Amino acid sequence: MQKQLVTLAASAMLSLTAVSAQAAILDDVKAKGYVQCGVTGGVPGFSAPDSNNVWTGIEVDFCRAMAAAIFNDADAVRYTSLTSQERFTALSSGEVDVLSRTTTWTMSRDTQLGISFVGTMFYDGQGFMVRKEDGIASALDLSGAAICIESGTTTELNAADYFAANKMEFNTVVFVDQDEVVKAYEDGRCDVYTTDSSALAAERSKFANPDDHIILPEIISKEPLGPVVRSGDSQWFNLARWTYFALLEAEELGVTSANVDEMLGSDNPAIKRLLGVEGDFGTPLGITKDWAYQIVKLVGNYAETYDRNVGPSTPIGLERGLNALWKDGGIQYAPPIR
Amino acid sequence: MTDIGFVRSDLVEARPAPVRTTGAIAWAQKNLFSTPLDTVLTILGLLFLAWIVPPLYGFFFGNAVGPNGTVEQCRMENAGACWAYISSEMEFFIYGFYDIPEQWRPNIVFALGALLLVPLLIPKAPFKKTNAVLFLAVYPIVSYFLLAGGVFGLREIPTEKWGGLLVTLILSVIGITLSFPLGVILALGRQSSMPIIKTVCVGFIELIRAVPLITILFMASIMLPLFMPQGMTVDKFLRAIVGVTLFTSAYVAEVVRGGLQAIPRGQYEAASALGLGYWKRMWFIILPQALKHVIPGIVNNFIALFKDTSLVYIVGMKDLLEAVKTKNDTALEWQSGNTATTGYIFAAMVFWVFCFGMSRYSIYMERRLNTGYKR
Repeated sequence: MQKQLVTLAASAMLSLTAVSAQAAILDDVKAKGYVQCGVTGGVPGFSAPDSNNVWTGIEVDFCRAMAAAIFNDADAVRYTSLTSQERFTALSSGEVDVLSRTTTWTMSRDTQLGISFVGTMFYDGQGFMVRKEDGIASALDLSGAAICIESGTTTELNAADYFAANKMEFNTVVFVDQDEVVKAYEDGRCDVYTTDSSALAAERSKFANPDDHIILPEIISKEPLGPVVRSGDSQWFNLARWTYFALLEAEELGVTSANVDEMLGSDNPAIKRLLGVEGDFGTPLGITKDWAYQIVKLVGNYAETYDRNVGPSTPIGLERGLNALWKDGGIQYAPPIR
Repeated sequence: MTDIGFVRSDLVEARPAPVRTTGAIAWAQKNLFSTPLDTVLTILGLLFLAWIVPPLYGFFFGNAVGPNGTVEQCRMENAGACWAYISSEMEFFIYGFYDIPEQWRPNIVFALGALLLVPLLIPKAPFKKTNAVLFLAVYPIVSYFLLAGGVFGLREIPTEKWGGLLVTLILSVIGITLSFPLGVILALGRQSSMPIIKTVCVGFIELIRAVPLITILFMASIMLPLFMPQGMTVDKFLRAIVGVTLFTSAYVAEVVRGGLQAIPRGQYEAASALGLGYWKRMWFIILPQALKHVIPGIVNNFIALFKDTSLVYIVGMKDLLEAVKTKNDTALEWQSGNTATTGYIFAAMVFWVFCFGMSRYSIYMERRLNTGYKR
C-alpha cells in the first residue's frame, strides 16, 4: 500500500512537471491527446467563460477547430488563461501549443520573438464612441471634443496622430486604468471614448442604455488579431494556418455545420476538395483527409463562429465590416485548397 | 433606660438608584452628552449615521435584488445590490472552470477539510495525533487525486480549470501548512552557530523579504520558463504555491526569531543542563515557549497570505477575486449599474469571513496558552 502511495505521489509530481521532447509539436499534441490553447483572462466574444463556465469566443473557436481537425473532437482542448505579459513566454516555452489571445500582429513580434502569426482571425482597429444625442456622425467632427483615453497606450498615440493629420484640436482626459476611462465617459466627463472597436462594442454592451451610444464608422489604426504558434515547426504552423483558411473557405463555399453532411454529395469540385471527398489534403498536414469536414461539422465556418460570438445578434453586436469575405467587401481571403 | 422608641428588626430595603444615574437617559447623559464637546460629537455622529445608514440599508437590502431576481430588476433605475448575479454565477466564483458534473469532487474536498480541521482546532477533541497525520499527510494526497483525477476512473481535470474560492483555499491552506514549519526551520537556522546553515538561512530570508510577492510570482511565471530546458514546463499552480509558500515562510521566520530571542538564556542553559540534545531542547523547551509569544505575529502573516493569494491573478490564475472580476467583465447578460460593485462586495465579504475567523481563533488560542503571563 505504502509503495503504491509513493508511486502515486511520484506520478503526481511528474504530471505537474511535464517534459515534452523537442519533437514535432503535432506529435506531442497527438500523444497527450489535447491542444493546449493560450487565451485571455476574459474578453467577451473573444475568449470568456459562458454561463456554464466553459470557454467560448471566436478565439476559443479557433482552438476548437484545430482540435476538431486533429482529433475529430472539438472538445480536446485545454485552456491556459494568460496575461499579456506572459503570453509570449508561455508560447515559446511550450506551455501552450497555440496562442489565440487578442494578439496584434506586428512586424517586431513576428520577427523578433521566435513566434509566427498564423493569420488574422479578426481585423480590429481603433474607433470612437460618442453619445447619440450629440449628433456626431463622423470622427472628423470631433475637433475640440473631450476624449477619454488610457494613458501610455498606442491608443493615445494613434488618436494624437489622427487628430494632427486632420488638423483637428486634440483635447484629452487621461486615465491610467481602462475601467476608469469607461466610468468617466459614462459619467459624462468627456464626449468621446476611444479604444479598439471590439472593446468599444463590448464596453457599450455593459452600459445601462447601450442604444444611447454609437460607434463612429472611422477606424484609425490597424489591429489585426490572430492566433500565433512557435516558429520552427512548419508542419504545426501549416496546420494552424490551414485551419484558419478552412474556416474561411467553408464560408465562401456556403458550407455550414448544418449542411455539411449534404455538401458531401455536392458536385462542386472545390467543396469536394475542402471536405476530403476528392483528393487528400490532410495527410501532408499529418492529419486525416476529412479534417476540414470535421472543422465545419464540429465548430462551423467562419461566419458561424463570428455571428455566434461577436456578430450583430450578440450583445457585442459588431458588424462584419473588414472581417467580411473578400467577395462581400471585406478583406478575409483564403487561398484555394487544391 | 431602655426607652428606645423604635428598633428596626430588619434592614431597610435598598432604594432604587436615583433616576438620574440609571436607565437609558442617564447612560446617554454620562456617555454621550457629558460635556459640550461630547454633545457636539454625538450629534455629528448621529447625523453621520442618519446620512450613511439608510442608503446602505437600501443598497444592501431595501432596494437590493434578491438571489432569485432577474437582470431586468437589477437594471431598474434605483435598484440596489444585484444578489441575483452572485447566486447565478456562484459556481464560477467557487469552482472556476471546474466541470459542473464533476463539482462533487471539490465539494468532498471542502467537506473532508472541514471535518479534519475543526476537531484539530478544538483543543478538547480527542485523537489529536491521528487527526493531525490525517490532515497533514493523507488529506493533501487524497485531495490532489480527487481534484486532479486521472486515476481510479476519475476524469482528469487539469489545474488550469481550477478556480475561484477553490484556488484561494488550496493556495492558502497549503501555503499556511508548509510555510509555518519552513519558517520555524529558517528561524532556527538563522540562530544556528554553523556558518553555512546560518548564511543560507539569512541569505534566503533577506532575499525573499527584500522582494515584493508580485515580483516572485512574475519570476515564477515569466522568467522561470526561460531558464528551463525547451519543452519542460512546471504547472502554473505548483509555481504559485511554491512562490507564496517561500514568501510567507521568510516572514514567519523573522516572527519566530523574535519569539526565540524573547526566551531568556537561562532556559537554553537549563535545557542543556538536563542533557537534552539540540532538537529535544528546541522541541520540548524553547519552541513551545517561543511560539506562544508570537501567535499574533504568525496569524498576522497567515491572514496576509490569505489575502495575498489574490495576487496570483498576475500569473493568469483565477482565484476568488479574479473569478469575480472575470465575470464582471464577461457576463454581459448580467450587466447593470451595480453588477460589478455587487461582485466585489461579495468577494470582500468572503475574504472578511475567513480573515476574521482566523483572527478570532488566534485570540482564543492566545488566551488559552497565556498561562503564567497573564496581565
